[in-house]
Amino acid sequence: MSDKVISSEPSFSSHLLYVMRENPVTAISFFMFAVLLFCAIFGPSIVPYDPLASNTSNALSPPSAAHWFGTDNLGRDVFSRVIVATRLDLSISIAAVALSFVIGSFLGACAGYWGGWLDAVLNRILDTIMAFPLFVLAMGIVAALGNTVENIIYATAVINIPFYARLVRAEVNIRRDAGFVQAAKLAGNSDARILAFHIFPNSLPPMMVQISLNLGWAILNAAGLSFIGLGVRPPTAEWGIMVAEGANFVISGEWWLALFPGLWLMFAVFTFNLMGDGLRDLVDPRKRT
Amino acid sequence: MSGRFQTIAMRIAQALPVVMGVVVVSFILTRALPGDPAVYFAGQSATDESIQQVREALGLDKSLPQQFFIYLGDLLRGDLGQSLSTGQPVISDLARRLPASLELTLTALVLACSVAIPLGVMAAKKPGSLQDHICRVFVTAGVSLPTFFTGILLVYIFYYLIGIAPSPLGRLDFLYIEPDHITGFYLIDSALVGDWETFFGALKQLVLPAITLALFTMAPIARMTRAAMLTALSSDFIRTAKAAGLTNSKVLYGYAFRNALLPVITTLGMVFSFMLGANVLVEKVFAWPGIGSYAVEALVSSDYAAVQGFVLTMAILFVLLNLIIDISYSLIDPRIGFEAQS
Amino acid sequence: MLSIKNLAVTFQTRKGPVEAVRDVNLKLAKAETLGIVGESGSGKSVTSYALMRILDAGGSITAGDISYSNIDLRNASSKSMQDIRGREISMIFQNPRAALNPIRKVGLQIEDVLRRHSRATRYDAKEKAIKALESVQIKNAESRYDAYPFELSGGMCQRVVIAIALACDPKVLIADEPTTGLDITTQKTVMDLIKQLSAERNMSSILITHDLGLAAQYCDRIVVMKDGALVEEGNPAQLFHHAQHEYTQKLVAATPRKGVTIRELLPKNMQLEEPERPAIGAPLLEVKNLVKTYKGKSGPVHAVKDISFTVKKGASVALVGESGCGKSTTSSMIARLLDPTSGEILFDGQNLAQLSAKSFAKNDLRKDIQMVFQDATDSLNPRFSAQDCIEEPLRHLTDLNRGSRRFKVDELADLVGLPKTLLSRYPHQLSGGQKARVGIARAIAVDPKLLILDEPTAALDVSIQAIVLNLLADLRAELGMSYLFVSHDLHVVQLLCDEVIVMKDGQIVEQGLTADVMQTPKSDYTKSLLEAAPSISNLITNNTPNPRKGEFA
Repeated sequence: MSDKVISSEPSFSSHLLYVMRENPVTAISFFMFAVLLFCAIFGPSIVPYDPLASNTSNALSPPSAAHWFGTDNLGRDVFSRVIVATRLDLSISIAAVALSFVIGSFLGACAGYWGGWLDAVLNRILDTIMAFPLFVLAMGIVAALGNTVENIIYATAVINIPFYARLVRAEVNIRRDAGFVQAAKLAGNSDARILAFHIFPNSLPPMMVQISLNLGWAILNAAGLSFIGLGVRPPTAEWGIMVAEGANFVISGEWWLALFPGLWLMFAVFTFNLMGDGLRDLVDPRKRT
Repeated sequence: MSGRFQTIAMRIAQALPVVMGVVVVSFILTRALPGDPAVYFAGQSATDESIQQVREALGLDKSLPQQFFIYLGDLLRGDLGQSLSTGQPVISDLARRLPASLELTLTALVLACSVAIPLGVMAAKKPGSLQDHICRVFVTAGVSLPTFFTGILLVYIFYYLIGIAPSPLGRLDFLYIEPDHITGFYLIDSALVGDWETFFGALKQLVLPAITLALFTMAPIARMTRAAMLTALSSDFIRTAKAAGLTNSKVLYGYAFRNALLPVITTLGMVFSFMLGANVLVEKVFAWPGIGSYAVEALVSSDYAAVQGFVLTMAILFVLLNLIIDISYSLIDPRIGFEAQS
Repeated sequence: MLSIKNLAVTFQTRKGPVEAVRDVNLKLAKAETLGIVGESGSGKSVTSYALMRILDAGGSITAGDISYSNIDLRNASSKSMQDIRGREISMIFQNPRAALNPIRKVGLQIEDVLRRHSRATRYDAKEKAIKALESVQIKNAESRYDAYPFELSGGMCQRVVIAIALACDPKVLIADEPTTGLDITTQKTVMDLIKQLSAERNMSSILITHDLGLAAQYCDRIVVMKDGALVEEGNPAQLFHHAQHEYTQKLVAATPRKGVTIRELLPKNMQLEEPERPAIGAPLLEVKNLVKTYKGKSGPVHAVKDISFTVKKGASVALVGESGCGKSTTSSMIARLLDPTSGEILFDGQNLAQLSAKSFAKNDLRKDIQMVFQDATDSLNPRFSAQDCIEEPLRHLTDLNRGSRRFKVDELADLVGLPKTLLSRYPHQLSGGQKARVGIARAIAVDPKLLILDEPTAALDVSIQAIVLNLLADLRAELGMSYLFVSHDLHVVQLLCDEVIVMKDGQIVEQGLTADVMQTPKSDYTKSLLEAAPSISNLITNNTPNPRKGEFA
């Protein structure tokens, strides 16, 4: 019997293949994500030049066979810098989103299930966070805590927490009195078990969409903060800083300095935005046939 | 009807603790400054003695609750501290620059809504059609665009390559004279006195930054409009209206669109949050003399009083905007007052 | 007057085209009321949407003709269709609350239609809209004009929908499940209103319903649909006495009615001997002075007001009432999912009301009280396979190890007639009847002494309902459980229960043996419930369906 159950239930990898076959956009976005991951992991060892090595004799040269994306005002290779920066930007956004997902969904799930004063207090706190334009709050936090990469992560996590908390709270709340929850109570589950094993997993599919959107926002946020001079500092290779530095040269026609890091940044955000539906399908049992 | 007023009163009452929270958070941010604020405020050539003086002058030697009440008192008097870089009170700096930011933001919002809402409606009319797919690609690309990058790209194309845009430096080219201060909005001020030359000069400067900001905000509005229209169009009451023979346009605009507008209005809050944030970046790219670029300059020169003042102003502005959105929502949706009563 | 010839409707879906309706022929005469009866998915609603040309996206008429007094509706321009809708042919829908624009005053919604068809000008529209409201017997029509749909009850909303449909004096009215979701007494007033208005205006009408009884009572002629095709046609008496088609026979037989036994609901070849009713023993559950009061925003809400009753060992007791009568609140309290405000729940002599619902999950008595829920889909965790769902109570409430739990699940699947191959499936891969079986298997997994059945068949088609009811009767005979059957339908309840408790507004208005209550109801409320329920019992006296091979759900 147990063999049969296992054999008739698709494994994760076969389900992944199924989801990708079903929707070509998902397949493309997963492939794009794989490219990004590859750059993040192997980037520093495959790029042709040292991203920090300057060569003033070859400054501001346009894209060529030797320098695909051209060189910047210090003669550093833009291509190498763009690729190497992937690791930093991806780490910031993934760390920030993971942090806000864990904290936000824990708080939201408890508030949504038990309600009462817990819910009231959490709502006031979330209201206060949401009362700030989010990017502005992130600016304030980084300015106050200090100009480091960790603080960018914390700031980005804080401004994303309300999204998860609100979403999970709503998802848990609508299921709190669902038939299957009552059935689980009749089956002798404690409240904590019901929340953790019955309600929370069912609110994952809409969360996945949120996660992928937030990964995109988080990158934009981090790059935006660097752009205005917060967080990551030169000469570190980071997309936002590179665009900011390149911006000074755009008016004089050296477009490649800002364009390539900007495009690569867009590519990353675009990938995350496309991945949302695919991630949702991956965790949705109703998609399993 | 009384139920509705009750709801509005409730909503205003609910904003008060939020404002309080905002003040507390901004106080905490002020006190969490790295290093000793007194050292910053005392300036470069400070001695231990002068730092101590500054510390006392700032009240930093008092306990935190005491400091909070002093901070609160200063706020109530409109005192946000002195800016280091301009030497002016932060509040007057902000007040002078706020109209520039508002003019940019509101223009962009009007622009974004006037493109995104019809786009969303069009996409929802025929889900799965070509126009729907175009809308979807546009929306996904739109949210993927880093505002600062779009701005630079537009400058490169329209200023450097084509040369039809003015140089991206501020609200008005130096050829023109600033219009007299009436509302602080150059477009309105110059139109009011009939100075059309200045009006078009200001408009020319405004176009690129406004488009940059609008591009970024169109995406969420279009997406929400589409989703809300689809929900409305698949509702039972639309079938009733069709079965009663109402014309397509009446069904689409009179019935579906009005219902779809409600969720769109609620997302405007989120849109404002995005806009006010993106505003900072756009102002930096176009050297727009608003409160965003003021904050960026202040950040660079470690002028923390200015930064805190900016954060607080933005938050209060945003709370007010949300309040306006919620109140207009409860005026449109008849169900709101009812919930409060029952 | 209206005729449909060889109609076929196809929907484009992701899995390719699906034919929802095929080869349907219908004729509607002047002043006639035609009933279209069928279970879910039979294509009865699609037929009417096709005739109104308001099919959902993806649906199209692929063959056939529709003509209405010599107008070709299939090929009419969309503009002339708009003129016909509402003026010549009107339609009313199920779920009346959702059928009205939520943010527009009902009076204005009527005005929209009147002005669209030039029946009113800006100046007299309001007056005429109020008249339309009066014509559907809405009291205080003038003040109701300014009401929004959410301020009106379901029955009232349906009257407004009828007022919109009839505002321009159409010749044909199509009613698509007009009373689904309404209480049985409201159903009667709404149906009577439709009947009266049709007669007054000499209007033809089509009643689309899943309820044979309703069709029998209100229609001159009935057609039966199954899987998109017509299977039989005739006047009600003829159809019920001498049903020709096997499916009609099955449907007629499965409809609960006065004086039938539970086995008679099933097709002849599946009829076993009547299940034994277990011996009735000492009281198992005694409810004494049970009260539940909720805190409402405008004062306390008294959901259950001081009720007392007893369920004996092996007995089956029904709790009957309309929505909002407190029957579900009562059953939740007994199932210890909800804490009562006051009163006692004595189970085997122990007062459960003292134990909090929160702590009861860990109590030894938890496995003695189990429940089957109304909506089988909602009551199964979408992430759990059928196997997991049934195993869940065994895991927490028994000491069985993994192997013996699996063995027990297999046994249970046999017991409820669920093929074992389906155990690895997720709820969305199961049919309604199969999900109901999973829910029942889960509830009886830990051998409860008391099984609470909360409208277990309300969401099911009648033929499946018949099978599930029989299953429940068999299980009770075999396992000797006591049942507390919560339902709104006296006709269903009488098949399974020895005693009936009728509730209204949180109080018990009548209780007694089923036969007594059904035959000689004492309270006026029970009488009105019985009268309001449409019944085909007087039509079926000597129904003798031919025994043929039946189908399982």
